[in-house]
Amino acid sequence: MRTLAGTRSLGQAVLALAIALFLGLFLVVPVATVIYVAFTEKGGGALTLINFLDFARTDLFVRSFWNSVYVSAMTVVWASALALPLAYLTTRFEFRGAMLVQTLGFLPLVMPPFVGAVAMQLLFGRNGSVNLLLDEWFDFKIGFMEGLNGVIFLQAIHYFPFILVNLSAALRNIDRAMEEAAQNLGSHGLRLFRRIALPLALPGYIAGASLVFVKVFDDVATPLLLNVKEMLAPQAYLRITSIGIDDPMGYVISVVLIGVAVATMWASAQVLKGKDYATTQRGGGGLARRKLKPRESVLAYAVVILILALVLAPHVGLLLLSFATVWSFSPLPDGYTLAHYARVLDDSSGYIKNTLLYSSLAAGIDIVIGGAIAYLVLRTKLPGRQWLDWAASTALAVPGIVLGIGYLRAFYGVKMPDGTPLAALWIVIVLAIAIRRLPYALRAAYAALQQISVSLEEAAENLGATKARTVRRIVIPLMTGGLLAGFVTSFATAAVELSAVLMLVQSNSDAPLAYGLYVLMQTPAGRGAGAALGVIAVVIVAICMGLAQLVADRSQRARGLDI
Amino acid sequence: MVRLSALTAGVTLGLILAAGTAFAQTGKVTVVTSFSKDVTGPLKKAFEKAVPGATLEVQNRNTNAGVKFVEETKANNQVDLFWASAPDAFEVLKARKLLSPYKPKATGIAEKVGSYPVNDKDGFYSGFAASGYGIMWNERYVKANKLPTPKEWQDLTTAPYFDHVSISAPSRSGTTHLTIETILQGEGWDKGWRTTKEISGNLRQVTDRSFGVPEAVNSGQVGYGIVIDFFAFSSQGAGFPVKFVYPSVTTLVPANIGIIANAPNKAGAEAFIEFLLSPTGQEALLEPTIRRLPVRPETYAKAPADYPNPFKDKNLQGLLTFNAELSESRSAAVDTLFDQLITFQLEPLKAATKVLHEIDSALAKKDNAQARALAKEARDLIAAMPITAAQAASPEIRAAFSGGKEKSARQAELEQQWAAFAKEKYAAAKAKADEALKLAR
Repeated sequence: MRTLAGTRSLGQAVLALAIALFLGLFLVVPVATVIYVAFTEKGGGALTLINFLDFARTDLFVRSFWNSVYVSAMTVVWASALALPLAYLTTRFEFRGAMLVQTLGFLPLVMPPFVGAVAMQLLFGRNGSVNLLLDEWFDFKIGFMEGLNGVIFLQAIHYFPFILVNLSAALRNIDRAMEEAAQNLGSHGLRLFRRIALPLALPGYIAGASLVFVKVFDDVATPLLLNVKEMLAPQAYLRITSIGIDDPMGYVISVVLIGVAVATMWASAQVLKGKDYATTQRGGGGLARRKLKPRESVLAYAVVILILALVLAPHVGLLLLSFATVWSFSPLPDGYTLAHYARVLDDSSGYIKNTLLYSSLAAGIDIVIGGAIAYLVLRTKLPGRQWLDWAASTALAVPGIVLGIGYLRAFYGVKMPDGTPLAALWIVIVLAIAIRRLPYALRAAYAALQQISVSLEEAAENLGATKARTVRRIVIPLMTGGLLAGFVTSFATAAVELSAVLMLVQSNSDAPLAYGLYVLMQTPAGRGAGAALGVIAVVIVAICMGLAQLVADRSQRARGLDI
Repeated sequence: MVRLSALTAGVTLGLILAAGTAFAQTGKVTVVTSFSKDVTGPLKKAFEKAVPGATLEVQNRNTNAGVKFVEETKANNQVDLFWASAPDAFEVLKARKLLSPYKPKATGIAEKVGSYPVNDKDGFYSGFAASGYGIMWNERYVKANKLPTPKEWQDLTTAPYFDHVSISAPSRSGTTHLTIETILQGEGWDKGWRTTKEISGNLRQVTDRSFGVPEAVNSGQVGYGIVIDFFAFSSQGAGFPVKFVYPSVTTLVPANIGIIANAPNKAGAEAFIEFLLSPTGQEALLEPTIRRLPVRPETYAKAPADYPNPFKDKNLQGLLTFNAELSESRSAAVDTLFDQLITFQLEPLKAATKVLHEIDSALAKKDNAQARALAKEARDLIAAMPITAAQAASPEIRAAFSGGKEKSARQAELEQQWAAFAKEKYAAAKAKADEALKLAR
């Protein structure tokens, strides 16, 4: 027994070391080569903390910090408001089209860079479709996209799928007996949801909400699209990417961003600490699905359609833009054409192939490492296991450009036998994307594992199964839903990743779709073609997600029949 | 698996090609560029036709990312050329010894275009085209809001344009930087900043990408944009309802190309530069999707009738001689001043400017000397600068940005001081203006 325990922890230690090595090599070291500037004196190179003092003394940075906190917190509130009804209705009730809603509700996360922004402006901007119509009919406009509130509006639409996906996965995992017990005791309706389903699904909700908070805190694209620069992440980005000025402050802000990300993950772990979310019975396909009464049904569909219409509006705009001849200062385009698709179809097949390859490889890496970290943290007593989680989570806060530069610094000097630099190989792009999307898969795996009762594993081990066999036969099958949610999130967002990719792409034949889109979007004539490429990206992701959902549903059903 | 074998095949093929280049004249020329495919596509085609056996590998990166890329990969450089608009990017590359000098053999190239010298004086990079700055506007937007048509920079300071104008930040766009610098050199430090701030008081937004401005004008989110000409012309080419004008005093800025130090294919790089400057290469610039101004005066004979000609047109001649050294000596200070006094203080600046416009319209109806005097005081407060021209180029301030020994304060401290200065002055200006408005009414 003793030796068995010994080999177990040895195996765990080896796994932990391997992951630590991976994270060290592809995240910590490259980033550290760039970020250390924050701790050095400008010009001199001597170690100092004076830059952090300067940070605290500069009004602009302090103001930006609080703006970021405000925007992130409010975004979590609004994103929850959007995600809760969708997750609840589609998992809790007999709801026709639940799978479609889940897939569509995920798409906002897949917003192609640049062209997505243009589509949003054309719809919600100061002179977008909505405001032009409002102005014509009622003589007023709504500042959807003005200032901090505009950022909150767009971020909530953009990032609420994080909450939707994780919460839905969690709700599906709840033992239906819990609910039945409550119903037998007379609880029903909203109270049933509030007292039973929601608390039991809390790990999923927290996983999604903490991701939204950190992601919004660290997002550069949306604030800059609205020309809001007085937030922390844009401040870092603007400074790091300005040429010619070697300014440590950009890196100081990056360190602050990383600190906030780690603190958020730590705080979300504290919220869940000391409570048990696991339920024993599995395979029932989650909560018992109730039938909606006709009246409720109408209301439910109305809510779902309204929410979907709002969150998918940018994609509708994107679609219109991809068919538009000219669209300028008018509610709808002047005319429609297929020319943009014809233009991109020629060179996009290579982009599409690369995107599929890179995204699926990256998401595969993420799910393996994310699942392993979650297991090590929650199920083992290895010292320092929390650090793996925190290290992986810092990837959320590392600006893509910093990671890109770090990779060039760390790997460009390493030559392949034929003299080409290691960093010039396409696999490096995959690794960069995998690192950037790892936190998504990690949070999903974490939430999934928290909901599995450890007694199931103990039972297996009492029956003589080894640890490895228990993981293979018990833990992984039970985590499938959560892992799949993680895979989908990583995959879909990897498909539109640009900032790190832009630094690492060395030839057109290795470039993913986002790069092709970027090249097109720098010219006025490329706007429609860029939109067409964006639509192609979204459709690819949607198809892959639909397939994943199908697989998840099948496997759940199959297991449901087994019991 | 298919991918992997393709990769091996590619590597093998690459080795064969690499062996081949030792004999061929040109072979693969790798260029990092910020130019879009609309520009690089036709030139690539023309180059490969003109020089048999040559292929041009284009790596698209924005200027900032391109500079960083070249810098980070210098130990094992694989790039032959850097090809972009912004001269300051080339200055940075040159200062960091990332360029190798080359004097083009082509003859018949102008020394100067407008007021700006075509080539780097030390021969590290060469201009191959020029572009002019001007004002672009969306006709539908202007018509719907009943706004005027601009002609001069000064027009943009007037009341009707309030909240309708867009510009990119000079710290983010090398070409905007040159425009601001030209105003400063043309009008002098104090007067130049006054003009800049008067225009800025009417800004709707300061974008962080050069292309953000034409994008916003094209889609009708803002009315007017201060842009480089080819953005406007290519927008018109794509069918957008936009117009463009060169003000009577405009800046011409060159677009450049330079050879990277330790270029793997230096001969190929030189061949491409010679091609760009050759009559064929220069004529290619006239294509509608490219539409840059050639630096070879004779090429204009083949241009369409209404094509701007900097060597003939009066308004493109340039009224001053651009002092590149002066510009270089204070470029970080000018960028940072613009950011701290304008970009990050835009709301207070606009609030004061708005009241000043209201005073003007009130005074036009009924004059009031006291109000006029107060308004002037408010304008002076807005125009006030935290540092003089001499200070901006002084070793102390330059060292604050470069990290040198002579610095009197750290960059972060300077930024905080300048921001606090602007905030206080704009608030005082607003108070004065409010007072004046009461009197004027």
